[in-house]
Amino acid sequence: MNIIYFLIGCSVLLALIFLGAFFWAQRSGQNDDLYTPAMRILLDDEQPPEEKND
Amino acid sequence: MPETKTLVIASCYHCGDECLTTAYQTDQKQFCCQGCQSVYTILSGAGLCSYYNYNQHPGTTRIRTDKRFDYLSDPDILAELLDYGDERISIITLYIPQIHCSSCLWLLEQLNRFNPAIHYSRVDFLKKQLIVRFDPREVTLQQLVELLNDVGYEPLISLQDVIKKQNKAEKGNLVQRIAVAGFCFGNVMLLSFPEYFGLSGYEQTFRHFFGYLNILFTLPVVFFSGFGYFVSAWHNLKNKVLNIDFPLALGIAVLFIRTAAEVLTNSGAGFADTLCGLVFFLLIGKFVQQKTYHHISFERDYRSFFPVAVQVIMEGKEKPVPLSDLITGHRMVIRHNEIIPADAILLKGEALIDFSFVTGEAVPVNKTLGEIIYAGGRQMGEAIEMEVIKPVSQSYLTQLWNNEAFTRKQDNRMKTFNERVSKYFTIVLIAIAVGTLLAWLPFSFRHGIDAFTAVLIVACPCALALSTPFTMAAALSIFDRNLFYLKNTTVVEQMARIDTLVMDKTGTITTGSSKQMELGGVLDEEQRQLIYSACSNSIHPLSRMICQYFGDLQKLPVSRYEEIAGKGISATVSGHQLRIGSGGLIFGYFTETKQMTRVHLMIDGVYLGYFGFYHEYREGLKQIAQLAPAYSLYLLSGDQDHERSALIPYFNHDGHLYFNQSPQQKLDHIAALQQAGHKVMMLGDGLNDSGALKQSDLGVAVTDNVNNFSPGSDAILDGRAFHKLPAFLRFSKDTVTIIHLSFLISLTYNLIGLSYAVTGRLSPLVAAVLMPLSTVTIISFTTLATHFTAKRRNLL
Repeated sequence: MNIIYFLIGCSVLLALIFLGAFFWAQRSGQNDDLYTPAMRILLDDEQPPEEKND
Repeated sequence: MPETKTLVIASCYHCGDECLTTAYQTDQKQFCCQGCQSVYTILSGAGLCSYYNYNQHPGTTRIRTDKRFDYLSDPDILAELLDYGDERISIITLYIPQIHCSSCLWLLEQLNRFNPAIHYSRVDFLKKQLIVRFDPREVTLQQLVELLNDVGYEPLISLQDVIKKQNKAEKGNLVQRIAVAGFCFGNVMLLSFPEYFGLSGYEQTFRHFFGYLNILFTLPVVFFSGFGYFVSAWHNLKNKVLNIDFPLALGIAVLFIRTAAEVLTNSGAGFADTLCGLVFFLLIGKFVQQKTYHHISFERDYRSFFPVAVQVIMEGKEKPVPLSDLITGHRMVIRHNEIIPADAILLKGEALIDFSFVTGEAVPVNKTLGEIIYAGGRQMGEAIEMEVIKPVSQSYLTQLWNNEAFTRKQDNRMKTFNERVSKYFTIVLIAIAVGTLLAWLPFSFRHGIDAFTAVLIVACPCALALSTPFTMAAALSIFDRNLFYLKNTTVVEQMARIDTLVMDKTGTITTGSSKQMELGGVLDEEQRQLIYSACSNSIHPLSRMICQYFGDLQKLPVSRYEEIAGKGISATVSGHQLRIGSGGLIFGYFTETKQMTRVHLMIDGVYLGYFGFYHEYREGLKQIAQLAPAYSLYLLSGDQDHERSALIPYFNHDGHLYFNQSPQQKLDHIAALQQAGHKVMMLGDGLNDSGALKQSDLGVAVTDNVNNFSPGSDAILDGRAFHKLPAFLRFSKDTVTIIHLSFLISLTYNLIGLSYAVTGRLSPLVAAVLMPLSTVTIISFTTLATHFTAKRRNLL
């Protein structure tokens, strides 16, 4: 059962890595604007230069 | 869909407004004005017509104003505005109120296709901000702003960039605290489960391991995530205030010490998971409470109303000068639609100044040469030249800000329910805890300490601390949805206790729109000219509106002119007898309808009809009038009292109407009402109300566009939601009831917990179940109840 020590160590380490990743994301401003990227992704990269008749 | 070739009334391809003329056409597309057409030309020239594909009519109308951005080349101003600047790269954040759709987003992020020197542009949609990085050697800031202006996105540049400052305020720290608390909570739960399910003899060795790990995890929770509670409790104790942070800090400390003691002495499992959960939920409550509106500022003062710089004539040349450098004796040029930033004497040109924002006076005022014009007015006529007699900081308008109402810290605010209750709560809690300790001491010291700490743990007012934030956050989002934006959550409670409403007139209960007159009857061209000629001699507001209605007509010679005060005009214009005025003047008797003031027209003894002037009050003034007698209503207007008779029905009481009020008088009025024990809500819109807004218990700025300037206040109400004000007031009372109820619920949980605790037999499992259970109950109760009442009040 001593494997438990190792497993818990691994799980805590893994969780710490995720926590660190979250801190990094937060510090580098990735969560500052959560709205605009959702709109941006719907815009096409490059439109062919044609007129749209509406 | 094929394009129709017939020229029916079309809507503008750019902004969607109705095209009144077919004069502006490009590529078979119709435009309402030159401005819209030129935007289209620029965009099609740059191959950016996909702008029009994402949304129909994405533009905003471009009734062109003569905007000048010369001041942006001034190095001092430049340094102030740029986020970062060196020889090769400049970065600036611009606030652009027009951003509203995906087309805006798309176009603004394509700026480098106009000019490759603009390296990068990025939109933050909610904040309505554009961050641009550009090469200052290739393109100046002035050119950049002019480009934005040309494509229809004029940035709002002001002295006091509050929006930017506000958004820089730290919220990140709290998120990090929550992240750490959540991380530890999860891990501790995992490690605590074996204990709850029972460990066999063989597994006993793990118990120590889990225990020590738990302590390790609680360390960051107590000393990083929960540290704020200790700081706050300590500060409050020093100021001799008992607020809710004290029992919370006490609970956290006791939980931690007892857990550490139990684990280290190997006498139990401790309450590590309760501790982590407590801190985690508390922080979530704090987070929910911290609602921020990215694009609205509640702290604006005159500086965000004034321009950044003004054109000054120096050695015969116009030069932009920052307002702070404007000194007495400077000769400045104010163009159409510009704001006069300092008290000055009119030297040249015809001044027609709109003071509606400063004094509440609805009608533009004519000023003659040599007259002193106070700062804050907006020039409606052509360019004028003026000499500054007082620097900006000492002007009439800015003096108002030196009033004590602005410098004083807000300590006249009402105490919230939470603040009042937590004082007694803390005292009772400590009394019970000490009582338990004393009761146990004669029998067993160990048991006494157990019971003492257990009481402090279960009675920790977690649910109480969460009830207010969650109710208020839910209420805030309801208000938000109804276009009523509150500065913070305590405003809701303040609103519940209001018993007096004070309103400004111009802009607050009247709307800014000009569609408030109609012509009853038909006039031919000559008759129009005659009436116009007669009315143009009068400075009465109604005459002015009639002139405005006709537009610019040719004036005919007036041989006789007589104005009968309060009745009308009698005149002879190119041989015709004109009588224009009230029924009393024309028919000899007077009937006034409530909704409309009529100006009757008679030429050469023939009655031709009338002009009807609606008292265009915001929709819902009637409902607000019905709030009396529960609320007393007052009107404080800076305007003349033309409309007194029309307004009396709404205010029931002639004594409640005050006209010709200066900003200081308004402030004093509010203070007097407060002295008489009233809780006053002030509704205003202009700079002249800002003193009163600040002084009142709840200042509400009413505005037609929340992105426009509104004076500093506790809440901003969109004019479209004005009629919902009674519902808002009732709803605020409901939310306070909800808070009271949830307080009762949390007390019930505390009592259940206490019955375990005083016996000294609080098992970690009971605590671990009770704490999250009460939290979840409170959160779901407050959220559901708030939504339910909102529905009942028709706010959802």
